[in-house]
Amino acid sequence: MSELIVENVSKSYDGRKIIKNISLTLHEGELVSILGVSGGGKTTLFNVISGLTEPDEGRVFLDGEDITGKPGRISYMLQKDLLLPYRTVEDNVALPLLLRGEKKKAAREQVRPYFEEFGLEGTQKQYPAQLSGGMRQRAALMRTYMFSQNVALLDEPFSALDTITKSSMHGWYLNIMEKIRMSTLFITHDIDEAILLSDRICLLTGRPGEITEEIVIREPKPRRKDFNLTEEFLNYKREILAALDR
Amino acid sequence: MRKRLQNITSAINTLAALAALLILWQIVCVMGIVPGFMLPSPVQVARAFAGDFPLLMSHLRVTLTEAFAGLFCGVAFGFVMAVLMDRFDRLYKAFYPLVVLTQTVPAVAVAPLLVLWFGYEMMPKIILIVITTFFPVTVGVLTGLRSADRDTMNLLRSMGAGSFQIFRYVKLPGAMGQFFSSLRISAAYSVVGAVISEWLGGFNGLGVYMTRVKQAFAFDKMFAVIFLISVISLLLMKLVDFIQKKCMPWEDAHES
Ligand SMILES: Nc1ncnc2c1ncn2[C@@H]1O[C@H](COP(=O)(O)OP(=O)(O)OP(=O)(O)O)[C@@H](O)[C@H]1O
Ligand SMILES: [Mg+2]
Repeated sequence: MSELIVENVSKSYDGRKIIKNISLTLHEGELVSILGVSGGGKTTLFNVISGLTEPDEGRVFLDGEDITGKPGRISYMLQKDLLLPYRTVEDNVALPLLLRGEKKKAAREQVRPYFEEFGLEGTQKQYPAQLSGGMRQRAALMRTYMFSQNVALLDEPFSALDTITKSSMHGWYLNIMEKIRMSTLFITHDIDEAILLSDRICLLTGRPGEITEEIVIREPKPRRKDFNLTEEFLNYKREILAALDR
Repeated sequence: MRKRLQNITSAINTLAALAALLILWQIVCVMGIVPGFMLPSPVQVARAFAGDFPLLMSHLRVTLTEAFAGLFCGVAFGFVMAVLMDRFDRLYKAFYPLVVLTQTVPAVAVAPLLVLWFGYEMMPKIILIVITTFFPVTVGVLTGLRSADRDTMNLLRSMGAGSFQIFRYVKLPGAMGQFFSSLRISAAYSVVGAVISEWLGGFNGLGVYMTRVKQAFAFDKMFAVIFLISVISLLLMKLVDFIQKKCMPWEDAHES
């Protein structure tokens, strides 16, 4: 677990400013959501934080070290699951270890114990095409986790799933977060999902996108199963909708 | 299971069509609609095939040796070209038009030149086969490498992968399908290429056999050798299919 600081990041594409003066801090063990509309620059922000793209301005620090423009430091789960179709599930989740130079056998050995945790028991030798949407998402999450356990960037990990699968994934996710406690930045455009999972929610609004509001969800963790049916939950939702209207 | 059944049914259909064609051909010959010396009947062809079998096999060995040697070099060369052109854009711009140009020159036109330069032995034949077989591989593999998914490459970069690792884990496996499609074409070209080069000069091989039986107006033997060449090409393509299945097990994974 680590602390991530984003300082004053701006980024333009083709002369058009996409995100402007974004600053945020992710404390150890926190889950912070970035909530915003489609095309608002959320993925652009993650590409900068992960080091895949250089920002025009601003810096990114991991535990005090400047990692601006340096990929390979924090785990990043991109908007699609991006499982490699020609590798078995086990070899997909072991990929970060192989890239680090570990031998195939040792890498498989290391990922084995996590299959049960991630609800993928028995899929080791299958190919991604044989998995359901929810399983593919869990496999992608597991791969993200295998890369590093300190900071994870998750770009809309559940948005491609149907509502029922999504809801069961939320339950599973809250549960696993209790065990693995990664500091996590989480992109979503689903307000309920943001309230349900986050410690804090940053609203990314406008063109260019800026963080205009930060809402702290004070509900203790682990969260109750029916938290999204309570009055407090609705109050948070009202607050967010009002802020988005402004 | 169902797919298997479909395969068997389609194989039966093909065999039935082939049998019908052979019977029709036999009837045409027996009734004398086409003069016998121009079109031998299937039975005569089969007899010619059986009669010359040992000779055909010894010629086949030479042809296949040339074809395999040429195919191997051509595929290796084509593959390396594709990898280099994918890696270095400047090489792509410089060489791709040249590569295409080599394909506009018909093999039959180059073969006599090659014979003049390199003699009547294996060398000119292998060179001709290399020229005809490298091209599909270069184009196929290059297309495969270039169509690698950007997001997937970004994912690997975010995990700290270098360009060689991206090649090994994303680009190369992604180009396998294209590679095998090209290999199938090249395999067929290699046999035809060997035969054509033997027509134009040589002492052994199915092409030489063909020239000889042609000069003797032995149409039945002519048909026998044509039959042998197509069967060999077909078997080679099947062999490529088989290797592809072994190398790309995930292609079959959707069924179960
Ligand atoms: N590499 C790029 N080159 C040029 N323009 C880009 C690039 N990446 C993103 N953009 C532009 O930046 C804008 C924001 O895109 P981005 O993907 O960050 O939005 P997003 O908030 O993640 O949207 P979504 O919720 O749909 O994923 C879009 O208009 C997009 O066209
Ligand atoms: Mg996005």
